[in-house]
Amino acid sequence: MSTLKRAIFTASLCLAMTAGAASGETPNFGKPIDEASIAPWDISILPDGTGLPKGSGTPAQGAPIFAEKCSGCHGENGKGGEAAALVSDKELIGINAAQKTIRNFWPYSTTVFDFIRRAMPFQMPHTLADDEVYALTAYILAGNKLIGPNDTMDAQTLPKVKMPFRDNFILRFPDRI
Amino acid sequence: MSKRRDMRGEALEAAAGNGLIDRRALLGGGAMIAGAIGVGLGSSAAAGAEPLTEEPWSLEFGDRTTPYQVPSKFEAKVVRTLSNPKHEMRNSHSRTPHHMLEGTTTPNGLHFTINHGGIPSIDPDKHKLVIHGLVKRPLEFTLETLSRYPMTTRAAFVECGGNSAPMFSPEPLQETVQALHGLASCAEWTGVKLSTLLEETGVDPRAKWLIAEGADSPRVSRSVPMKKALDDAMIVLYQNGERLMPGNGYPMRLLLPGYEGNMNVKFLRRLKLVEQPAFSMYESRTYAPILPSGKAYRFYFLQEVKSFITFPSHGHSLKGPGLYEISGIAYSGTGRIEKVMVSADGGQSWAQAALQGPVLSKAFTRFRLPWRWDGGPATLLSRAWDESGEVQPTRAEFIVARGQLEKPPPVLGFNNQHYNSITCWGVGSNGEVKHVYA
Repeated sequence: MSTLKRAIFTASLCLAMTAGAASGETPNFGKPIDEASIAPWDISILPDGTGLPKGSGTPAQGAPIFAEKCSGCHGENGKGGEAAALVSDKELIGINAAQKTIRNFWPYSTTVFDFIRRAMPFQMPHTLADDEVYALTAYILAGNKLIGPNDTMDAQTLPKVKMPFRDNFILRFPDRI
Repeated sequence: MSKRRDMRGEALEAAAGNGLIDRRALLGGGAMIAGAIGVGLGSSAAAGAEPLTEEPWSLEFGDRTTPYQVPSKFEAKVVRTLSNPKHEMRNSHSRTPHHMLEGTTTPNGLHFTINHGGIPSIDPDKHKLVIHGLVKRPLEFTLETLSRYPMTTRAAFVECGGNSAPMFSPEPLQETVQALHGLASCAEWTGVKLSTLLEETGVDPRAKWLIAEGADSPRVSRSVPMKKALDDAMIVLYQNGERLMPGNGYPMRLLLPGYEGNMNVKFLRRLKLVEQPAFSMYESRTYAPILPSGKAYRFYFLQEVKSFITFPSHGHSLKGPGLYEISGIAYSGTGRIEKVMVSADGGQSWAQAALQGPVLSKAFTRFRLPWRWDGGPATLLSRAWDESGEVQPTRAEFIVARGQLEKPPPVLGFNNQHYNSITCWGVGSNGEVKHVYA
């Protein structure tokens, strides 16, 4: 190693050590908060049912709520309107994403509950009680014949609903997970 | 290689068929080429200019200086196109006018946006970000506290996973590059590295994903692998030097360089570390492209290597034969752009374009190539390579792998996702530019 190269090497080593010391020290301006205090914001639900709240609902209980609060956009009985059809027996043919429905595409039933609770009704989200969300979820799943007409959806039963397209997904880049 | 003479008699080396000139002409004869851009040195160029006169603006006291300046009134056409101009209660998209812009930085007022529940009017003094779940200690941050952290600045493109969806059409839609590819933009982002904050919360080794969630009314939410979170993810506070634009996530957003736009959650208020992905609606349905096999991709994440010519492109009109500069944008979610090849004869012959430096990873790279249009039909296309060895697929290759629609879709539709193949522009003898497939 030449004198110059050695000098550069030593200098860069010093820099690396300084940077190393600095990175160990972070500002620590975050305020500690416990999970109980975060709970009002924590609406995450996982496919295994983690995060599903207490409560329950049936298709029969969901029908009048749907007619009142959902059918304006999603059509009568969820057959589709300005917004997407939620109840459909259409199969996927070709690559057109417009054909995707809950029954022929969504891999997990928990996503139905999750999306209703976080985003619906579109013009006044976060107004439905958890029992109403369970009832609407049950109504939509029953309309799609994914559960029976008298099945009750709750934190135990909802994650067990088998969605027909679940096993048809391919991880695009497995090494990125 | 044959040599042609330019107007001054200097040699311009042909680099490929139908008038493409070696990119090195840009370096050696920059001024000469620049003087000819968009003008077209035809025979009329030899005619003498009129005597000079004074215009009113050179004789009057000018306009006032405003606290926040906006573009010249003569640039009023350079705006985003809106999918929901009446602000109805549905999604709103705005698209970047690439065919009217140059360089690599998208001005903040022209950055594309997609918002699912309108743009929330967030009081920055009341906004909070919490990090919780599989951490050693959950923490809450405010904009003020985050602003005291060491900042990082980097350029990064953000592209909607559904950008270029009209390209799945079996016939080329006669639309501008704004309509076809306007859901991609590039900015210089400043913020705090997410890994710094995760160092403070501590990470439970069981955490494999984090769920990012916004403060907008539909609480847009995506699952992000911890691998990405600990790599180059940032909590962004600034966009091109100023605070984030409201439509781009004010006061803070997640930035995941190279990953589909929807994952770069805006109005970010919660990050929850978990063992498994949440399968939010967007990852379960929207950004899971259906394949010709009848199966579908899951967790696509990457915006793959891509390029398109912005000049000349659909909507432009060439003013006569002569010298032009072809200009376009290339980018890749897997690194720096290494090379862009350009063809003027529909892909029969190719010339390497000049890349405007500095070429940055996961950011727009401007490419340029001089071209002498002889006034005949020309089919212009570009194809990009990145440093990781990824290549922009030809349309034929892309369709084999990903399929195409049975009939032309609505241009505002999202009938499939993640198109990164080639875009072709057909220049007619009249100078009009059409969208073609080659």
